[in-house]
Amino acid sequence: MNQNTEPLLSIRDLKVHFFMDEGVVKAVDGISLDVHSGQVFGIVGESGCGKSVTMKAVLRIVEPPGRIVSGEMLLRQTGRDGKTELVDLVKLDPRGTEMRHVRGGQIALIPQEPMAAFSPVHTIGNQIIEAIRLHREVDAREARKIALQQFRDVGIPAPEQRLDQYSWQMSGGLRQRAMIAMALSCNPLILIADEPTTAVDVTTQAQVLRLLRRLQQERNSAIIFITHDLGVIAQMADYVTVMYLGLVMEQGPVDQIFHAPKHPYTRALLESIPSVDTPPRVDLPTISGSIPHPFNRPAGCPFHPRCSEFMPGTCDQQTPALTPVGEKQLVSCFMYHNREVMA
Amino acid sequence: MMKTAAQPLLEVKDLRKFFPIRKGFLRKTVGYVRAVDDINFFINEGETLGLVGESGCGKTTASRCILRALSPTSGQMLFRTASGDVVDLAQLNREQLKPLRAQMQMIFQDPYGSLNPRMTLFDIVGEPLLIAGMRNRRRREERVAELLRLVGLRPEFMQRFPHAFSGGQRQRIGIARALALNPRLVVADEPVSALDVSVQAQTLNLLLDLQKRLNLTYLFVSHNLSVVRHLCDRVTVMYVGKIVETATSQEMFARPRHPYTAALLAALPVADPRIKTGNVELPGEVASPACPPSGCYFHPRCTYCIDRCKTEAPAYREITPGHYAACHRADELNLAGMA
Repeated sequence: MNQNTEPLLSIRDLKVHFFMDEGVVKAVDGISLDVHSGQVFGIVGESGCGKSVTMKAVLRIVEPPGRIVSGEMLLRQTGRDGKTELVDLVKLDPRGTEMRHVRGGQIALIPQEPMAAFSPVHTIGNQIIEAIRLHREVDAREARKIALQQFRDVGIPAPEQRLDQYSWQMSGGLRQRAMIAMALSCNPLILIADEPTTAVDVTTQAQVLRLLRRLQQERNSAIIFITHDLGVIAQMADYVTVMYLGLVMEQGPVDQIFHAPKHPYTRALLESIPSVDTPPRVDLPTISGSIPHPFNRPAGCPFHPRCSEFMPGTCDQQTPALTPVGEKQLVSCFMYHNREVMA
Repeated sequence: MMKTAAQPLLEVKDLRKFFPIRKGFLRKTVGYVRAVDDINFFINEGETLGLVGESGCGKTTASRCILRALSPTSGQMLFRTASGDVVDLAQLNREQLKPLRAQMQMIFQDPYGSLNPRMTLFDIVGEPLLIAGMRNRRRREERVAELLRLVGLRPEFMQRFPHAFSGGQRQRIGIARALALNPRLVVADEPVSALDVSVQAQTLNLLLDLQKRLNLTYLFVSHNLSVVRHLCDRVTVMYVGKIVETATSQEMFARPRHPYTAALLAALPVADPRIKTGNVELPGEVASPACPPSGCYFHPRCTYCIDRCKTEAPAYREITPGHYAACHRADELNLAGMA
């Protein structure tokens, strides 16, 4: 982890709102995070927490009626002249040349469903070659060579034949490997993996995760890893952000998040999953209630109706700010505001 | 955890379900998908049996055969009815099955797809009662209210439609419907995998609580080993249509006897960054049940494969009391379980 260096991507107070006929859905409501190179940055959260919308905002592919309302997303990239420059992705035209250079070139995406992401009427090879030629100045023959090399790197057997196949001729595991090959073909700075293993089986999942880890270490790139699976995040991430209803609840190094969680939500979530230590066939600790509908987001801290540490008059009135607790953790909870005041 | 002197509620013997592959103009049968291929297991009354495996291993097909949503190709499924007789579900016709249907019910995976959006909770939960002949509306209302209370929903919700409920609440509605006719065997096919992590625990607790109160027997179909370990008394692992291992949950996780089970355990991502998992060497892909490999179906991917495995299919046998496995080397291998 290169915590000392400047972040590769720095998101500050990002807000993405969806303006529907029935009202405004604040899918992402002021989140901040820093992604460093050589880091696997995990974002974990349940449905509706805004983890996927955040990543769509980074790639500037939020569909209407959604809109980035405010905030900045600074990407540190090497310009054509070889100098490092900071670009605010929020200010770019989503359809402009610069953004198209970033999308796929600097920041690539591994989507959740490789079956839906590949076109069924073009061969996998053609789709990868198209992407390579869009971002790199090479001819078709050279692009095919690059694609072949990528296929070998991700461990696809018989890469020559596989390159000329269609996505539906491959198994789920192979398709996901091909997707990773495509995402890596333009040597991106940041790889976004949005639930890359939810559609595959346990043993395939282990293979894909190991592959991602290896590639990340070889290339020293950054991966933003989005998932709802706490097991996968514990195995993959170096640094973890826990989100709930569009807000960051807690951030910190993976070991602290799992062994010294500070936010009541993180704690409750970790307690509620059966682990090696929980005795079988006894009741698990639960989080009361369920995730509220996006239109009825609670005022104040969004977690307060389900929180065991709920403080009336505080948690339901104001939204807690993300404050440092200890050396490396950040928590948005009034329990820690008070502690600071007392100290 | 084992109940002593328990009688098997269901005993499955040599169950097979093959689907024909048809090709050409005359739809000639050119082969079979051996979805379920000679499986044997039993479930004791009041216990939970976990049926584990990756997609395409036949676990859903097997559970559908038991409920006779599919008719098996061959084999026996001996079910002990409420009156104490043992009947073979595989031999019964539609009419004969009808009275037995009430005793076997199902909880589905997707709480969004399995509830009709045009029906109220009363209609959904009350439909089995109506089919079973409870014509009196007042009595049906009473029973539905009782069922809703049982699964932790308020009876006042009876006239609402499913869209007003969250995923976890919808799953409770599905459970209430499954329990409407006091079933004895409940087949739960991945009942929590579509739910958010924070509501999964509530549903698992509910399933455990209902089992204690109503003396239910569960066949719990899942690919989530952590959940299976938590909920099940015994576990059965399937691979390409065959059972590779059955044991008590404790035994299975501590000392697996089949290399495939060991690989599944090793692949499971544990929610603790200090325990590194996933270092499993399992090359290749799951074999196709249409043209399975020779000998042991797992041999092309197995680290412990010897020549015998390539030619001779291993017998499914008892290794230690109550622990069954289908592996030639089950006695000599010392496979790692979970910590």
